[in-house]
Amino acid sequence: MTTAIAGRRLRLLGQQPIGAAFVAPYAIFLAVVFAYPLVFAVYMSFHRYFFTAPGAIVDRPFVGLANYWTVLTDPAVARSFGNIAVFLVINVPLTVGLSLVLASALNAAIRFRTFLRVSYYVPYITASVAVVGVWMFLFNSGGLVNQLLGPLAPSPSWLINSSLAMPTIAIFVTWKQLGYFILLYLAALQNVPNELYEAADVDGAGRTRKFWSVTVPGVRPATTLVFILAMITGANLFTEPYLLTGGGGPDGASTSPVFLMYQKGIEQGQPDVASAIGVLLVIGVLIVSLASRRVLERGQ
Amino acid sequence: MKSWKLAGILAAVAAIGVAGCGGAGLSAADAAKAHGPITIWYSNNADEIAWGKQMVAAWNTAHPAEKVTAQEVPAGKSSEEVIGAAITAGTEPCLIFNTSPAAVPQFQKQAGLVPLDDFPGATAYIQQRSGSLATQYKSPDGKFYQLPWKSNPVQIFYNKKVFAKAGLSATSPKLATYADFLAAAQKIVSSGAAKYAILPAPSSEFYQSWFDFYPLFAAASGGQQLVENGKAQFSSETGLKVAEFWRSLYAQNLAGKETYQGDAFADGKAGMAIVGPWAIKVYQNKVDWGVVPVPTPTGMPVNAIHTFSDAKNVAMYASCKNRATAWDVLKFATSKDQDGKWLSQTGQMPLRPDLARLYPQYFVANPLYTGFADAASRTVEVPNVANSVTIWQTFRDAYSKSVIFGTAAVKSTLDGAAQKVDSLATSA
Repeated sequence: MTTAIAGRRLRLLGQQPIGAAFVAPYAIFLAVVFAYPLVFAVYMSFHRYFFTAPGAIVDRPFVGLANYWTVLTDPAVARSFGNIAVFLVINVPLTVGLSLVLASALNAAIRFRTFLRVSYYVPYITASVAVVGVWMFLFNSGGLVNQLLGPLAPSPSWLINSSLAMPTIAIFVTWKQLGYFILLYLAALQNVPNELYEAADVDGAGRTRKFWSVTVPGVRPATTLVFILAMITGANLFTEPYLLTGGGGPDGASTSPVFLMYQKGIEQGQPDVASAIGVLLVIGVLIVSLASRRVLERGQ
Repeated sequence: MKSWKLAGILAAVAAIGVAGCGGAGLSAADAAKAHGPITIWYSNNADEIAWGKQMVAAWNTAHPAEKVTAQEVPAGKSSEEVIGAAITAGTEPCLIFNTSPAAVPQFQKQAGLVPLDDFPGATAYIQQRSGSLATQYKSPDGKFYQLPWKSNPVQIFYNKKVFAKAGLSATSPKLATYADFLAAAQKIVSSGAAKYAILPAPSSEFYQSWFDFYPLFAAASGGQQLVENGKAQFSSETGLKVAEFWRSLYAQNLAGKETYQGDAFADGKAGMAIVGPWAIKVYQNKVDWGVVPVPTPTGMPVNAIHTFSDAKNVAMYASCKNRATAWDVLKFATSKDQDGKWLSQTGQMPLRPDLARLYPQYFVANPLYTGFADAASRTVEVPNVANSVTIWQTFRDAYSKSVIFGTAAVKSTLDGAAQKVDSLATSA
């Protein structure tokens, strides 16, 4: 009897029950902050759901795919997904390329290395709200960038130009998050054996050749990570269009799906429709992440 | 904000609501008769806090057994979001002296508001205090879920120095008609007196139309609301005239399309602004300003011009247990005496008819406020209809596209928005 109970407990908690105790806080955190909201969002997206006061008795009928139909037939939603595609096409390659090049440079013995590392990291830890003001000053019609460009300055200006608003946001986000991704690459670069560079030197490889033939393959797992992380954070874009382009302007050209979720779920009291957008976004990000992982890890 | 974070907020709000189910433990009928301590929230504006503190102190001195505890509305992106979340969590106070009329339909849908008509004599009190203005605040079911409290009738402020520099009269500028206004705007910009003639926020938040299109629409239409009898009114001939007027200002770069960081009027970047009487204290010693009513297509007598109210009201919330005390506090806070104190401390207009007659000493001592007191009797409120915020966002998106950025024809875009709004207004 005692042996049976002990066996059941062993199956449940594993051979090291103390391990379960160590894992429990994070597992609970994951369940409460990630899993529960996700499951509840899926539930809301299939019901006519709105928030009510405690004790209020309201009908929240199952509506099948009605919320998804509402979302999929809304041109604003389609446009927001298109906008985010533009953002990702610019932001992700720029992030991967620049962070790898800069990390390689910062990994070399250059002057002011610590200062430069800190400089690249500061925008990442600074709140968007604080730095958006500087970018508005740089990119508004009378801003520094347009003054430097003179007659070449775009009209309408960057942040109120339907074609340029999203690319400007993509560049802003690239700049802001670069420090974090440089840090990931710097960590990865420490694992590239020095012998490989020495062997390349012996073979007469130049700096560019060593970069392409030693550094790039050496940090490929980090590249997969940077690519996927940049895509996930990019797909969840909210603060920048909210602040930089006055709420997804001009005329919806920089509206993101998460911004629409905020408008519909929080402002307009339609959390069911907002959840449907969220579920579609999660599915989209999962598909693109899995596909890109397969491509990036091919041949490994 | 990441989508999982937003999903988290949505779900957490829902979870708190579920957890709080059945927590009230007091029937509505019992609560309506209950006396005892209550909590209230008011705005975080310094003048309003000062008024709130003296009001609460006066009440507590006279009613030690029914103590009122007051605090500012907790910080958030907007008061409405904070209040909406508090209703779901059941943590809202008894009274909030900062309830936006546009949010009332949503709070009502959430079962978060107490109909004030439940209290004996309440309907009569509201109608007697606010006169005919009270009608706009009645919900579609015929009940008052908000007590009309105070308004900030918006008018055109102009910078006298900018006008003088542009060669315009600084004492009685011609701004009554659309043609006059456009001519003045062109002079301001072409003379270099200011970068823009006027700079209402061009951003896409649903409420921004309250400070560009709506005051002029209220004036031009003789007091119409955006939606009346379940039908959108903004695509009428009058609405199109207002929209075309604004489109002209944007097309000629007389109004700015970029969000300005700061106060463009105070900084001299714009020669005019659309603001309410709260701005008098703000611009005192900063700008040498004058004020005129909003323009109309061909001009109107000043005493016939309507404008947007920019009102904030008081509502009683569902989790309130001592509602009899809350109703007594509400009457006390909106008494003639407290309204007089409100007026003198904040410069905002209590929603009462004939303010100049009620508080003659104040207006003799503060003549700058007299025009706003007169305008307060002709204010137009946001329509009290279901899907109010969605309706305003639908209108704002269409307005932004066709008027501010001019990428689509005004008529067809506003017609399309009107069809959506008709359906939204009747769908609930």
